[in-house]
Amino acid sequence: MLKNVVEPEPGSLDVTPTTPKAKSRTKVFALNAKDKYYALLFLGPSVLLLALFVFYPMIKTLYISLFLTSGLGKTTVFTGLGNYVRLLTSADYLNSLGVTLIYVFAVTILTIALGLLLAHLASETLPGIGIFRTLFSATMGVSVSVAAIFWLFIFNPSTGFLSLLSNWLHLPVINWLTQPNTAMVAVVITTVWMNLGFTFLILLGAIQSVPTSLYEAASVAGAKPGYQFFHITIPMISPTLFFVSIITLIGSFKSFGLIDLITKGGPTNATNMLVYRIYKDAFYSGNFAQASAESIILTVIIALFTLLQFKILERRVNY
Amino acid sequence: MTFTKQSPWQKTLSYAALIILTIVVLGPFLIGLWTSFLPTMDIAKGNFFSTALSFNNYISAFTKTPILRYLGNSLLISTVTMFAQLFFCSMAAYAFVFLKFKFRNLLFGLFLVTMMLPFEAEIIPNFQTVKSLGLLNGYGVMIIPFLTSAFGVFMLRQSFKQMPAELKEAADIEGLNHFQFYGKIVLPYNRISLLTLAAYSFLGSWNEYLWPMLTTFSNNFRPIQNGLRQLQSEETFNDWGMIQASAAIVVIPTLIVLFVGQHYFKSGMNEGAVK
Repeated sequence: MLKNVVEPEPGSLDVTPTTPKAKSRTKVFALNAKDKYYALLFLGPSVLLLALFVFYPMIKTLYISLFLTSGLGKTTVFTGLGNYVRLLTSADYLNSLGVTLIYVFAVTILTIALGLLLAHLASETLPGIGIFRTLFSATMGVSVSVAAIFWLFIFNPSTGFLSLLSNWLHLPVINWLTQPNTAMVAVVITTVWMNLGFTFLILLGAIQSVPTSLYEAASVAGAKPGYQFFHITIPMISPTLFFVSIITLIGSFKSFGLIDLITKGGPTNATNMLVYRIYKDAFYSGNFAQASAESIILTVIIALFTLLQFKILERRVNY
Repeated sequence: MTFTKQSPWQKTLSYAALIILTIVVLGPFLIGLWTSFLPTMDIAKGNFFSTALSFNNYISAFTKTPILRYLGNSLLISTVTMFAQLFFCSMAAYAFVFLKFKFRNLLFGLFLVTMMLPFEAEIIPNFQTVKSLGLLNGYGVMIIPFLTSAFGVFMLRQSFKQMPAELKEAADIEGLNHFQFYGKIVLPYNRISLLTLAAYSFLGSWNEYLWPMLTTFSNNFRPIQNGLRQLQSEETFNDWGMIQASAAIVVIPTLIVLFVGQHYFKSGMNEGAVK
């Protein structure tokens, strides 16, 4: 830009640039230069923090994952993709990957299905419906450790609520947390319950924003409520449904608190999910190289789903 | 939502479904709340419908455990994190919307990439960083890594971008500089989005579990999530009455805030994050 001002275009008759033009150009340039300093001030803190706590650790993790490490976390021998090959061929890690996938999909499907049921029922215009809407969103106020206490008591084999119930009904008492399959069921139920409030609120908002004229037209045409639900409500809220599904999916991949509080990854690794494994391998076993490789695999999985989420978000923004 | 007029019979059916689902959703709360009033002896014996209800479990939770300290710690950490995120995220979002500088799009792209990187996958180097900075076991370690958030910047940028262009033009004519425009126009105009980010960042910090567990080892700084875990793993493990009372002490204020603030939160959610 400046260059053009100083050097006239070859072949141009007007050799000297006109004063006003040059002036205005310098002014624009000056404003941009000032913006640059403002930008430094406004963006600087966030950029520094993200660089220190997000970018640097990610690169460091990637770097460590290509080495073997000593017990003190120092890198020793370069192994390239050795850690990854070892992980992806170890039955133990593949088991973790498997149980995580089962957990993630079970949680997502159940959360969406139940959230949709609650939102659909609560979208009816009935007297007192506001109370139900408030109550259905209640689990949004529950943190991991509170949810874990509530459900640990329910699943407790000796004094818990489910064992009491089984005793009254003369059913066999199930030792929920000490058998692989039921432990997984317990963790899934607790997670779904925790997710429900948030999912319900988002889906209710979506259902309420469907234009009522669509339902009016449908009922004039004689469409039954069930038909209206599947042919009007579901298609109309599908962007929100996708959005909530992906949020739930990503959240479940990152599950840690409930696992630590309810099963500690057990019994026999039945709920030893990806994040819990990273924590164990790094901070219990001191195998930082392997934990780093696991972290990178987790990052790739989550990045892929986040990309998908951005795509949906983009579509929604353009609506 | 359905438009067909409901007969009384259908209405009864709707209410029945609503009530059953309410019981299912609230069940764990109600069971927990009920046991928090029972003597631990009765709980241990399976005497669930004991009539010896009392506030004893609450009294022992308050007097025998540092639960108030845990709650205070969490309140402090979450409040500071929330205000810091409101400040730093709105500043960064302002730069992305109202300032022109080199590499702006590239930098914003990097912020988007940041949103894809899970904090859980970065705990090893981050632990080493805070350790070498001497931050372990203190409030700082639970606040400093979360002073800003790429998600917050992204959300506020979306909101700032929807402001009418005339506002900026008018501000330029009035001769407002960037600080004035930011403080007097942009922040008040986007208060709903800021409120949403406030709720989001406060709850996020309040529910943080893994990071405090790794970096904090004393009750002086331990936040409530890890405090409850501590209570459970200590000798009180079989004192179910008191554990349930502790859970109730934690969840009841949150529920009140949630029910009161829901209106704001919901409208903000729909406006900012989802739209």
